[in-house]
Amino acid sequence: MSAIWTLLTLLILAALGFALGRARALASAGGDIRALHSLPGHYGWATVLFTLVPALSLLALLTMAAPLTPAGTVAVVALALAALAWSLRRIAPDFRARRTVERGVLVLLVLAACVAIATTAGIVLSMLFETQNFFAQYGWRDFFLSTTWAPRFQGNSDLGILPLLWGTLYVSFIALVFAVPVGLFAAIYMAEYASRRFRAIVKPGIEVLAGIPTIVYGLFALITVGPLLRDYFAQPLGVGSSGSSVMTAGLVMGIMLIPFVSSLSDDIIAQVPQSLRDGSLGLGATRSETICQVILPAALPGIVGAVLLAASRAIGETMIVVLGAGAAAKLSLNPFEAMTTITVKIVSQLTGDSDFAAPETLVAFALGLTLFAITLCLNVLALAIVRKYREQYE
Amino acid sequence: MKDTLTETPATTDTAKIAVRGLQVHYADTHAVRDVDVDIPDKAVTALIGPSGCGKSTFLRCLNRMNDTIPAARVTGEVRIDGEDIHDPRVDPVQLRAKVGMVFQKPNPFPKSIRDNVAYGPKIHGLTRTRAELDEVVEKSLRRAALWDEVKDRLNAPGTGLSGGQQQRLCIARAIATAPEILLMDEPCSALDPIATAQIEELIDELRNRFAVVIVTHSMQQAARVSQRTAFFHLGRMVEYGDTGELFTNPADPRTESYISGRIG
Repeated sequence: MSAIWTLLTLLILAALGFALGRARALASAGGDIRALHSLPGHYGWATVLFTLVPALSLLALLTMAAPLTPAGTVAVVALALAALAWSLRRIAPDFRARRTVERGVLVLLVLAACVAIATTAGIVLSMLFETQNFFAQYGWRDFFLSTTWAPRFQGNSDLGILPLLWGTLYVSFIALVFAVPVGLFAAIYMAEYASRRFRAIVKPGIEVLAGIPTIVYGLFALITVGPLLRDYFAQPLGVGSSGSSVMTAGLVMGIMLIPFVSSLSDDIIAQVPQSLRDGSLGLGATRSETICQVILPAALPGIVGAVLLAASRAIGETMIVVLGAGAAAKLSLNPFEAMTTITVKIVSQLTGDSDFAAPETLVAFALGLTLFAITLCLNVLALAIVRKYREQYE
Repeated sequence: MKDTLTETPATTDTAKIAVRGLQVHYADTHAVRDVDVDIPDKAVTALIGPSGCGKSTFLRCLNRMNDTIPAARVTGEVRIDGEDIHDPRVDPVQLRAKVGMVFQKPNPFPKSIRDNVAYGPKIHGLTRTRAELDEVVEKSLRRAALWDEVKDRLNAPGTGLSGGQQQRLCIARAIATAPEILLMDEPCSALDPIATAQIEELIDELRNRFAVVIVTHSMQQAARVSQRTAFFHLGRMVEYGDTGELFTNPADPRTESYISGRIG
């Protein structure tokens, strides 16, 4: 609580600093703005920076070490006041306040960029640490090469990743086989054929699909698609009797991915310069020849990027799989059988009373890290493909 | 308008392209107003005039490229070899194979140099064997005066060439489909003077085989490359005649103002 009050005090001081700095700059120039090196506002902001930065740093240090004491609060506010007074004293017409402010903005931007990188590094490190604990108790060979997944609470579990990895890849594959052609064809229609009015209605309509929570897709899989597939495909064909199946989850996930593929591809196709279309049409090519032979090749890197982004989504998806494909870890080729994925098992290993010393719980981190490695590889691959084509064609 | 036309008559039986009463509307602008013109074969016809005077729009009527713009409405008659190109039996796709077009900005496809030139022959099925296709590619590149510069790197991307080479590649691509007419929409406006000179030399060569219609902003260019010149102003064709005659002795005061730099 006292930290919040301290912070509030600092902000009030900063606001005061802005007003004072600005007023003092104007006064020092005798009201003639042209005599100042920078705009009056720059002097105000410079004062704000000088007041806040040291005091905030001290506050951060103090609260990191221990809960803030009243003495600490006093020290922070005193520092802010001292800095405020010092910076006001420095204000003179030739003080280069603009450069101070510009540098402050630069530091802010750099910090923002660092936060993203540092967070990623933090996530990977924490996963690595827990994964190491896991492999200290469970052989990596059993983890990566065993084909059985059978965790038991009393210990002595089989924790092979292969059935889960298979389920993940199988579901994702079906989802992409469904989503990529549909999404791409929809994008081609929207970008090349549809009238402006039709596009204005349908494009947001497709994008609504992207806004549906995945749990709702999961329900759709559980109560509609699953039973439909079972009653009209699996059972008549004699290939399965389970309501939840890889096919169910894959199809529903595919529907979820359509807007990703179509919306990104649509933007990319629309970015292909009109001059290429004119050039092809001017040679007597038809619209479809132009699309197949000029526009799609030109848009290919972006489309590949869109597809791989969709693949990353598919691999990381959990809810649709839980409700659509079931929770049975199985290695099977039959798409009408229930299977499960890495993400589902991470959830199930970590829910309930988890003992963070047992390999049955720690395996979740190893699974998570493997998943992260896969999606990272996909993203790197996507970047490499995009870059390769870019070099060739620009 | 009609008076100035009759002063420089072009008889219909020698005209490659005969245009009568052509009007183009874009949404609510009247871009081309009532143009009558006869364009001769095996000669270069230049279209000049200030920006927005309708000359590019007029050019795009000759291969029905305006069909690709939903807001454009074209009325009137355009006959090529006596055949009306707006006749419902005429397929614009086939028409455009016969009437090639080169655009303002070089627009090579993101493909190899060979595939750029082979594009037209391939989609129209003009060649049966790979050897025949290679022959067409070589012949077109030679005619576009580009062969010697690219013969060792036919598989390199066409977009990697310099601006002037790209534009010659686009010309090679257009003549590979064996057109009879070549339309050029300010083909040199994105090029440096040396590349411009090369293209102009090429245009002079091309007139031995094609009817060339070129839109240009540069009156010097029109004077250098063309035999006939048409001056457009505010959507109307003000004057049309022999290039030398039009530049030295314009009949219409507006033409005179433009070529002496008073309308621009």
